[in-house]
Amino acid sequence: MAETENGKRELSYVLAVKEAVETILNEEPDAFVAGEDVAGAGSVFGIYRGLLDEFGPDRIVNTPISEEGIIGLGVGAAAAGLRPIVDIMFMDFLGECMDEVTNQMAKMRYMFGGRATLPITITTMCGARNSMAAQHSQCLESWICHIPGLKVVMPSTPHDAKGLLIAASRDDNPVFVVMNKASLALTGEVPEEAYTLPIGEANIVRPGTDFTIISYSRMVHESISAAETLAEQGVDTEVIDLRSLQPLDTDTLVASVEKTHNAMVVHEAVRFGGMGGEIAAQVQELAFDYLDAPVGRVGAPFSPVPFSPSLEQSFVPNADKIVASATELLGL
Amino acid sequence: MATQPTDEVLLDIHRRMVRIRTFEDEAGRMAENGFIPGALHLYVGEEAVAVGVMAHLTDEDQITSTHRGHGHLIAKGGEFDRMFAELFGRVDGYCKGKGGSMHVSNLEIGMLGANGIVGGGPPIAMGAGFANKYKKNGNVAVTFFGDGASNEGAFHEAANMAALYKLPVLFVCENNGFGEYTPQRDHQAITDVADRAPGYGMPGVIVDGMDVMAVYEAAGAAVERARQGDGPTLLECKTYRFYDHVGRRGMGRTYRTDEELAEWMKRDPIEMFEARLAEQGVLSADAAKEVHEEIARDVEAAVEFAKASPMPDPDALLDDVYA
Repeated sequence: MAETENGKRELSYVLAVKEAVETILNEEPDAFVAGEDVAGAGSVFGIYRGLLDEFGPDRIVNTPISEEGIIGLGVGAAAAGLRPIVDIMFMDFLGECMDEVTNQMAKMRYMFGGRATLPITITTMCGARNSMAAQHSQCLESWICHIPGLKVVMPSTPHDAKGLLIAASRDDNPVFVVMNKASLALTGEVPEEAYTLPIGEANIVRPGTDFTIISYSRMVHESISAAETLAEQGVDTEVIDLRSLQPLDTDTLVASVEKTHNAMVVHEAVRFGGMGGEIAAQVQELAFDYLDAPVGRVGAPFSPVPFSPSLEQSFVPNADKIVASATELLGL
Repeated sequence: MATQPTDEVLLDIHRRMVRIRTFEDEAGRMAENGFIPGALHLYVGEEAVAVGVMAHLTDEDQITSTHRGHGHLIAKGGEFDRMFAELFGRVDGYCKGKGGSMHVSNLEIGMLGANGIVGGGPPIAMGAGFANKYKKNGNVAVTFFGDGASNEGAFHEAANMAALYKLPVLFVCENNGFGEYTPQRDHQAITDVADRAPGYGMPGVIVDGMDVMAVYEAAGAAVERARQGDGPTLLECKTYRFYDHVGRRGMGRTYRTDEELAEWMKRDPIEMFEARLAEQGVLSADAAKEVHEEIARDVEAAVEFAKASPMPDPDALLDDVYA
């Protein structure tokens, strides 16, 4: 934690998440946290560190390594009136609990004719970082965005992480809060008071007039960096941070494209079948007449995430690759 | 819990079993007559399990059910008219026609849903048990599942966590000898699912699932144990499915012999209980017949209610995807 020159407080992403959870647990007695190593270790990523001392083992609940049980714990507890925050340590472990996610949690309200309410927040980590290799690095958001009944947010900054996490906990639906491991060390301005960001609204992080980059999570930062380079080449680039993938704020995307006439989606997930395809299709359906070229897509190649640092680096999209794709798309 | 149930309790148990049997037979006929779309899994033969357990529960206690779930809802207090309407896909159904047979539910009486996924229920009941312990409300969560579901990872994770946290949960295995059409000997190397209980650190109890009083007594002890904060129990009830995995018929199938089915049907849970009630002077054969007739009239009225209920408006398609 540090004070900036103008008196605003800076916080790391990890501490912003922790502060959000503190806020939630202080204001909502029915909220608790459950997950692998969330108690003693405060999660292997430190986002819950210190909360055990503050709230005790009844509310910061260590679980066995049992992802299906963890989601089931959340579903059953929510159906019985609590507001659980459950943690799936790595997003890759969704494979262990996809029935409870897809067939139980997402559908219970609809299947029961609206007579069940499941206010569950699911925190999890995505992203290739520090050679965690093929089973601890994936960005699998397209899996969960495809399932009606789930909401999905992917905060890119400490500020957004706090605001979206508190919003998720107050939402009466299951909301995934997917964080990128590479973003955890980021610092940024985070107000001390409780605040929420609306789920389903995108954020224009860099206004521009010539070209739109639509991104989210870690790739927002690479996109901003790419936009600076493009600006030097005379392309005034707008960067939109979606913040929320489900629901998707198409209004903001269409308004931007009406202005810039060119757009590209940038994400870390594998490009094939990734969210970029859906977003590009929607923008083309809604704003075809405004587009000068098909909506571009930048994502990881169709490969498992490699181990070796050099290979991992070449797997993950970055500012240079974004600039190269944009240059090609714009015919520069 | 060894106290002798009153006549009132015995008659209530009898009535609940007859309600399940009568409902299910009519549901089978209605499916054959084209009124019930989709898959229909009937509970006939297994009534003693749901009723023997549910006799100990209040509306605040929760249950999770299975794809064969009508019996659980009826035993928990579900209404025939809303249930038939749901099975018919009508707007007055418990789920407004959105769920059907495999998802029929009523959270107001703690019935957290039939479940189309084998093994889907135990983790949810474990979670409800967690909520009960968190709120210190003294409620118990019961999960019904079959011998087939006892091979699903979800069951094992839920059992381990329920025992670890000493949750007020009761695991009721309805061992009907088949996972769909596969006999138990071909889907697990054990005969008694209760053998798995010590592996999780909870007691395992085996009872005759055709004898409703045996289920009642064992379930009473397990529910009491859970309410006292002593943790979960795995209660295995040996039972049998008189009809097929889907729909009625039952006889003349290749996956089991008619002789085996006939042997089990000799131990019909309702007939056995009625014989006992007559012998004890609690309910005469004539009085039992009246109960059947009265419930048959209730079923008939409920079917008429369901037939008169409209199909959901197409505009309702997207309602309740989100809160």
